[in-house]
Amino acid sequence: MKNNLQYRIAKTKGMQMFTILMAFLCVVPLILILIYIIKAGLGAINWNFIINIPKPVGEMGGGIANALLGTLIIIITATVIAVPIGIMSGIYLSEQKKGKLAYWVSMCVDILQGVPSIVIGIIAYFWLVRPLGGFSAFSGSIALAIMMLPIIIRSTEETLKLLPNSLKEAGYALGMPFHRVILKVIIPCGFSGIISGVMLSVARVAGETAPLLFTAFGNPFIETHLGKPMQSLPLLIFNYATSSYKDWQNLAWGASLVLLVLVLSLNLITKFLTRKWKVQL
Amino acid sequence: MVTLVLGIFITLLIASAPSIKSLGLSFFWGKTWNPVQNVFGAYPFLVGTLLTSFLALIISIPFSIAMAVFLGEYFPKGAFSNFIKSTIDLIAAVPSVIFGFWGFFVLVPIVREFQTKVGIMPNGVGIFSAALVLAIMIIPYAASLGTTMIKMVSSDLKEGAYALGATRWEVLKNIILPYSKSGLFAGILLSLGRAIGETMAVTMVIGNANFLPDSIFSPGNTMASVIANEFTEADHPLYLSALIEMGLFLFLVTFVINLIGKRIIKSATKNN
Repeated sequence: MKNNLQYRIAKTKGMQMFTILMAFLCVVPLILILIYIIKAGLGAINWNFIINIPKPVGEMGGGIANALLGTLIIIITATVIAVPIGIMSGIYLSEQKKGKLAYWVSMCVDILQGVPSIVIGIIAYFWLVRPLGGFSAFSGSIALAIMMLPIIIRSTEETLKLLPNSLKEAGYALGMPFHRVILKVIIPCGFSGIISGVMLSVARVAGETAPLLFTAFGNPFIETHLGKPMQSLPLLIFNYATSSYKDWQNLAWGASLVLLVLVLSLNLITKFLTRKWKVQL
Repeated sequence: MVTLVLGIFITLLIASAPSIKSLGLSFFWGKTWNPVQNVFGAYPFLVGTLLTSFLALIISIPFSIAMAVFLGEYFPKGAFSNFIKSTIDLIAAVPSVIFGFWGFFVLVPIVREFQTKVGIMPNGVGIFSAALVLAIMIIPYAASLGTTMIKMVSSDLKEGAYALGATRWEVLKNIILPYSKSGLFAGILLSLGRAIGETMAVTMVIGNANFLPDSIFSPGNTMASVIANEFTEADHPLYLSALIEMGLFLFLVTFVINLIGKRIIKSATKNN
């Protein structure tokens, strides 16, 4: 009696419940991670945690000021490098839809998006660390910038593709040259989408560790010079989490919480803005 | 951009040339990795990479497809699905180093307890733990792509099936899943690419043992985690270039996987 109606209805209901259950199970890990890190991290965080640098093992206190500052500097540098290149490539791709070069560029963006972050780290090591003769924050920024590029390019391209052609044509009809149409019409119209893409890319690379392992390298002290090794939050978490000292692990939990809050809030803000501005990413 | 990607490829090729020249194909079949004696065989890491990523894939597939069906068909909009969707997006946003940290202190003890109960070496760390963490990390990628693909199934088809008296599950099984099969496959393929290249989370829970794993519970090492661990210690040029050759391998593998995945997506979206 496989075709029995009741059997079929029961099966439908059963499968629906099963799907909902599975979907719920996917949500569980995130909630577990959040709860665990908040519990472990909150104990470590206070004002001293933010303004101090890590202390040697055995001494109480110590903070993550060097890593916070380092993350900030490395990411701002990476953004400054990646944004102009990314936006220009995105504009190019949206303007030149058909063409051999555009096809290749588009394919390379896809490839670049999939390159493992550790390979980007190796590349930055060979392009910058070797020639410059030492680990430096700048090489880390370059590595992160390479990782940001595909995200910025794609979001810029997708945003600009959605703009109605009549906008551009109106600009041309007024006698505006190409570059002025781009600068005064296209970019302002797609601004919200582009900004969302940039923020998303920042959120994406802020937690990257692998490309920084052999570029920014890490530094137990406060360092603001771009040519010197610099600490960053993910690096600090990796180094201290794998150490066997309780103090350092606690420091890493605190740093994890800070990093998690940073990354997740960046994501949520981007989500909120895209919803408010009604852009598609 | 083209120059950038070409540059990456050429740099990797040049930098790994010494090891390609002196080790040849035996690099991928050599079973011992002993940097002190300059013996480099990447076979254990090849096995480690493949085992962890495919195990993670197998664990994650039921979840990601259920997720895609859930968001694409059962609850396409509404506050509830928005909540689930945001959560999935946030999982994708959690830095991998935090996954590794959490995995090491929460998942590994659980796995260790399980191992003691079953009666195998209670390592805790190992291929299985790494695959678990990886599975959590890659679910969002396959799920979000799958959702888009399932949403694209035209409602004419679905309504036709309903009109013939099919139940929801029958519509799902006979119309939606076959129709969005290639899209779901592409999503899974792309998440495999993610899993192969993932470094930090794996490094922290896999145990970093440079020998051939004898079961899925034994500690091992993947290509990416070997590079992360030993790159700064590589003092011999051959050592360094052997590590880079693994990087080149990772680059090529993810390159092919991504290209195929994007192709499938492109043709699937064009049809509709």
